[in-house]
Amino acid sequence: MSRNDANSGAGGNFGSQSQPGAMKRSDMNQGDVLFDVKGLSKSFGDLQVLKSIDLTVRKGQVSVLMGPSGSGKTTVLRSLNSLESPDGGTITFTGGPSFDFSKSQKKPERALLRDQSAMVFQQHNLFPHRTVLENVTEGPIHVQKTPKAQAIAEAEALLARVGLADKRDVYPFQLSGGQQQRVGIVRALALKPDVLLFDEPTSALDPELVGDVLAVMKELADEGWTMVVVTHEVTFARAVADQVVFMDGGVVLEASTPSQMFSNPRHRRTRQFLDRILNPLGE
Amino acid sequence: MSDNAQLFLDSLWPIVEGAIKGTIPLALISFSLGLIIALIVALMRLSKSKVLSALARIYISIIRGTPLLVQLFVIFYGMPSVGITLDPWPSAIIAFSLNVGGYAAEVIRAAILSVPRGQWEAGYTIGMSQTQQLGRVILPQAARVSVPPLSNTFISLVKDSSLASLILVTETFRVSQEIAAFSQEFMLLYIEAALVYWVISTFLAFGQSMLEERLDRYVSK
Ligand SMILES: Nc1ncnc2c1ncn2[C@@H]1O[C@H](COP(=O)(O)OP(=O)(O)OP(=O)(O)O)[C@@H](O)[C@H]1O
Ligand SMILES: [Mg+2]
Repeated sequence: MSRNDANSGAGGNFGSQSQPGAMKRSDMNQGDVLFDVKGLSKSFGDLQVLKSIDLTVRKGQVSVLMGPSGSGKTTVLRSLNSLESPDGGTITFTGGPSFDFSKSQKKPERALLRDQSAMVFQQHNLFPHRTVLENVTEGPIHVQKTPKAQAIAEAEALLARVGLADKRDVYPFQLSGGQQQRVGIVRALALKPDVLLFDEPTSALDPELVGDVLAVMKELADEGWTMVVVTHEVTFARAVADQVVFMDGGVVLEASTPSQMFSNPRHRRTRQFLDRILNPLGE
Repeated sequence: MSDNAQLFLDSLWPIVEGAIKGTIPLALISFSLGLIIALIVALMRLSKSKVLSALARIYISIIRGTPLLVQLFVIFYGMPSVGITLDPWPSAIIAFSLNVGGYAAEVIRAAILSVPRGQWEAGYTIGMSQTQQLGRVILPQAARVSVPPLSNTFISLVKDSSLASLILVTETFRVSQEIAAFSQEFMLLYIEAALVYWVISTFLAFGQSMLEERLDRYVSK
């Protein structure tokens, strides 16, 4: 299963390609279930961080994860990218591989799960010793073995799309936080993953830089990328999310559409949390 | 010209030749091999395997806990009694490489640990194997922080290589000793040898700062 059959039928401006008849997954329609998480659990020592998480992600949809600090959002995201090994539960990709964490995962299985998605980190984690262009082409050239000229052309096109064409030859330290994060997004996009994962991509940014990054993410969503986003940006969630998942204490308390979630949350905990982030001074 | 000045000039070339044919290649070869040993030992030390990590720890402890001169003598004068007789050059290279390996291993280990964990994860998320993460992401960044301490190790090695004179390797110091014994001008010849070491060390320090500057191009000043 390669990353290249991702997002077929999705707009295509950000480099998503269609490969007719390549794999079963490429016949999927927007809105079909892309993967299903069932009973995901994870402990760090005695601390059970995830207690049976269920999550359904549909192709081309944006899922926003919200919840109090320590509720396990990052751990869910990291598990999806195989940066964390859960102790139990399953992840099943429609027309693709499935993973059962009650059995121990060997390296190739972990790599296969990892290859379904790409992560955009809170602290961007760009490679400081590589230029912007090299950061973006590192995966395509050295992992996916894309011909160099093609990888560079694609990277340049992606950088132009996020307004960073003129920054291709500078080092990350020469960029603003917002620009760094946009490069981080492009680095993930260049891999053409089936799923883009974002862990609080704007929470380390100065407020005036948040908009640029969210705008890029909204464009990606409009183009039909499948995204799982941990964020507390309610405006973004309202405008872009197809489902909002509220987590607390290692469980999913509720999952629903943004309008349902923000206007009429079912759980008291959800309401309290939303009150607090919408109205931090408690007025 | 005074006799001393004449002796100085006459002995300069043989001593410099001792540096070119002895000290410098001895240091370069030993340092290169030593770095390879050091990288392997550092990775053993960092590995999850308790056995590998313990072996690495013992090795480092022995190298750092015993005098280099004793290590040199064990290999050259000691090994023949267990049936292994080595010539001066191989003995010196083995002793110095193992020595550098022990010291540089800790430098490299610390440098690898100084690279944030997020860098490993960024390499992982874009699909890299562990070897690629190490070779393309971690080591290039570790190199930057380890250049100053490794340069010190290298400069120390150049000076410590004079110990090889005691196992009959023809190098800078041994040449000057021989001329001193012959001419009885000890002060002059030993100062001349010191001068040669000093010039080499100064060049190396200069090379170090050029290298540091080059590796610093991607960090904010
Ligand atoms: N490697 C680890 N070792 C031990 N405990 C961990 C580790 N990673 C996370 N935890 C703990 O797991 C819990 C959930 O962490 P996680 O980072 O998933 O929460 P989060 O919902 O992302 O929180 P935040 O909003 O603060 O980012 C926390 O209590 C955290 O301290
Ligand atoms: Mg988090």
